[in-house]
Amino acid sequence: MTAITETFRPPAAGPGDLPMAAGISQPPSGFDRLVDRSTRGFAWTFAAGTIVLLSFIVYEIGLASIPAVKHHGLSLITSGSWDVNKEYFGLRWPILGTIYSSVIALLIAGVFGVAIAVFLSQNFIPRRMEIVFKNIVELLAAIPSVVYGLWGIFVVIPLLRPPANALASHLGGWFPFLSGRLSGPGMLPAALVLAIMVLPTISAISYDSLISVNPKIKEAAYGLGATRWEAILKVILPTASTGIFGSIILGFGRAMGETMALAMLLGNVNHFSVSLLSPGNTLAALIANDFPEAAPAELDVLLFAGMTLLAITLLVNVLGALVIQFANRGRGGR
Amino acid sequence: MNTSTLKMADTVKALADTASPGQKHRQHEVVIDCNIKELYYGKFKAVRDTRIPIQKNTITAFIGPSGCGKSTALRCINRMNDLVHGFRFDGHVHYRGVDMYGKKVDPVTVRRHIGMVFQQPNPFHMSIFNNVAFGLRLNRYKGNLHAQVERSLRGAALWDEVKDKLKSSGLSLSGGQQQRLCIARAIATEPEVLLMDEPCSALDPIATRRVEELMVELKARFTIAIVTHNLQQAARVADKTGFMFVDTSKGGRTGYLVEFDDTKKIFQDPAQEATKQYIRGEFS
Amino acid sequence: MTCVITPQHMPESAPSLSSKAFDRNLGSPRTLVSWVLSLVACMLTVMACVPLFSVLIMLIWRGGTRLVQGGISVFTALPPSAMMKHGGGFGNALVGTLTMVGIASAIAVPFGVLAAIFLAEYGARSRFGTAVRFSAKIMTGLPSILAGVFAYASVVALTGGFSAVAGGVALSVLMIPIVMLTAEEAIKMVPQRMKEAAIGMGCTRAQVIWKIIVPTALPGILTGVMLAVARAAGETAPLIFTALASNYSWAIDHRQPFIHLMKPTASMAVFIYNSAGKPQDNLIELAWAASLVLVVMVLIFNIGGQLLSRRSRPAR
Repeated sequence: MTAITETFRPPAAGPGDLPMAAGISQPPSGFDRLVDRSTRGFAWTFAAGTIVLLSFIVYEIGLASIPAVKHHGLSLITSGSWDVNKEYFGLRWPILGTIYSSVIALLIAGVFGVAIAVFLSQNFIPRRMEIVFKNIVELLAAIPSVVYGLWGIFVVIPLLRPPANALASHLGGWFPFLSGRLSGPGMLPAALVLAIMVLPTISAISYDSLISVNPKIKEAAYGLGATRWEAILKVILPTASTGIFGSIILGFGRAMGETMALAMLLGNVNHFSVSLLSPGNTLAALIANDFPEAAPAELDVLLFAGMTLLAITLLVNVLGALVIQFANRGRGGR
Repeated sequence: MNTSTLKMADTVKALADTASPGQKHRQHEVVIDCNIKELYYGKFKAVRDTRIPIQKNTITAFIGPSGCGKSTALRCINRMNDLVHGFRFDGHVHYRGVDMYGKKVDPVTVRRHIGMVFQQPNPFHMSIFNNVAFGLRLNRYKGNLHAQVERSLRGAALWDEVKDKLKSSGLSLSGGQQQRLCIARAIATEPEVLLMDEPCSALDPIATRRVEELMVELKARFTIAIVTHNLQQAARVADKTGFMFVDTSKGGRTGYLVEFDDTKKIFQDPAQEATKQYIRGEFS
Repeated sequence: MTCVITPQHMPESAPSLSSKAFDRNLGSPRTLVSWVLSLVACMLTVMACVPLFSVLIMLIWRGGTRLVQGGISVFTALPPSAMMKHGGGFGNALVGTLTMVGIASAIAVPFGVLAAIFLAEYGARSRFGTAVRFSAKIMTGLPSILAGVFAYASVVALTGGFSAVAGGVALSVLMIPIVMLTAEEAIKMVPQRMKEAAIGMGCTRAQVIWKIIVPTALPGILTGVMLAVARAAGETAPLIFTALASNYSWAIDHRQPFIHLMKPTASMAVFIYNSAGKPQDNLIELAWAASLVLVVMVLIFNIGGQLLSRRSRPAR
């Protein structure tokens, strides 16, 4: 029995043995066969290259972070001091700042993002308007981070200062979130701008999840007499919840990795306060702000900070991708 | 089976005969000997015991109910089944004495010598001219490209309709025209054998009629094997017909050849009971 | 036989319905809550659009006025020194951005397209293909600054200094996953029957790919490239690590007619970043102008890419 499982394998000896005459049909030329083999080779190489590249990135960054670990040990993560001259470095506050800013941004972006996704997917407005709004929200993601930073400095901070300080003077005593004064860069404007940047991710993926809810489920809910929002809150959202959850995880990952806007709006202060009005720092902003002028000692620490950031974001991104894949498979696979 | 259809079949055949009387003795030359002993897709036995000789300058039809393996058998001839995961084949397909499944044979070369027209018209996303010229360029045709393209389009009875718009997209034609374009594309390289897998099933009756007439014209230059689920079509155009059926005896669905003979004999006086029942329309 | 139903034979009848039983009741809590929620959702959506317009308006206002004031010199001159109250431009930054995005594209497009061909054609159902696709998806979430750190640790360390090439490599890391995943989708959309026709005509696998699949999928592939370019053009952080340049010179070696690829190179994004914190008004106005130009470039590629794919695909 001839087992044929491989297609297009060129025979070992020259073109096929067909004695048919002449006529127009020719076997593939040597050049054609070369192109065939090369295409296959290159395609495979670059595909493998993707995995290699990702591994190489992790490897290089990890390697670069070793000197700092050798020198400072565990204090790199636990210590809160940062003195360039004395070479005391601790990433505790930037790490906390990364998580804090991302959580706040996510709270805002999560609410907005899911609400927008619901509003645009459940036939509230004519289809044409849905498309317009969807495009506008997606364009939010296209604006470069540095432009958001510029806008943040000259529009958001001046706008926020009066109301924030007013709130602080009245409520600062009761809510530690509002203590202090917003004099310039701070957590509040930074987190707001961060939320704007992360919003499109959450909104787009949640939208996809909501759209792919089986119409029959929607019909069933309406058929039982649910109001629009009862159907949404009790039936549709729960069905799409895995995808929405995945979008939030991915949004979290994006928020933690965001650099420029935070570098320009947070103030690059290696101190952490729960107050939204005080400046702070994140890992990414720290690296971006300090790198140009960094002495070798600090440079090593920055590279270590990079590795920390890589570890955190890789974890979150893998988690998010898995959740979304799980959500996709749940509704029938791609 | 009404007699008028059979009469038409007779007339058409008579016409073809008179067209080239000298070729009559060559009509018996078997160009392709397709012998399928066993054909598997993975663990699924799709076809067994099907032997169909295809003679030069004839139209051979495979008929039978759906799922009986006629397309599978046809696709064995130009090795299109190789693309299916888990395909295994015991038997041989001899093209002028050479086994198409020989160890040294390259399927790509096989397909260059045997043309195929599919059920759904599938012209490329290119101009009409480039569609027809595709095979010529693929084979590095050294002759006059324009002349050969025209000849093919004429051969497919499409030239008059498209001669002024050769640059427009192949997809801008109607369904029937697209299928004739696919036929023109297939015959441009003048393969000896043309395989057609239900070429008319996606077409309306008028387009079907045109393609059937075309097939009969082409018979003079090419050897044609078609798969059809339309009995009348087989009666109209085919010289030889093979009837395939499904064997469910062992719990699977395996196709096999029930009977193979001159079309006239299959339709008027079949030897097997199953054939008789199928012709009479007792199942489809 | 007729059946007469008289009142005393009628079965216990259902409670009668008033004609108003089915009317809308705006006062009922269920309806009210639904209305309020719809309003809230609508307001949130509108609020989310405000930042975009705010940014665009600021760009056009402050950036536009500076552009109009400065004219062409904005595109050709070097950044102003501390003394210059007027004049100057971001010519070197513009050239630098175009150069580095060009280098990044030259790396990312072949890489991404060929990998996509593998994913869609050769390795469609293999576990290896799944692993490759997963890696690409992870890479789309890689913080851009880490792309810069990677290029720093590899290219800059190797070549000994900052350069446009290092910047291009960092940007390509960000572009590759976008090009790859979009191209894969585009290739998968080529109808199976078109591929079958090509195979039936005796095309080798590579011929099916290059003569039929890629030309047919080209609009979608181009979309991926344009979206990737839009992203790369706007990135700052990777370039801080790889191409950090002084604002006061072109990256042009006077001994050579071309831009020197191995020297530190300015870029629009880094220019904006550096200028935003400086006390000079002139520089800040220029930063707005540069932002306007950058956003226009980015939006053209972004929107253009999406239009391209929508034109050649059937509507959803």
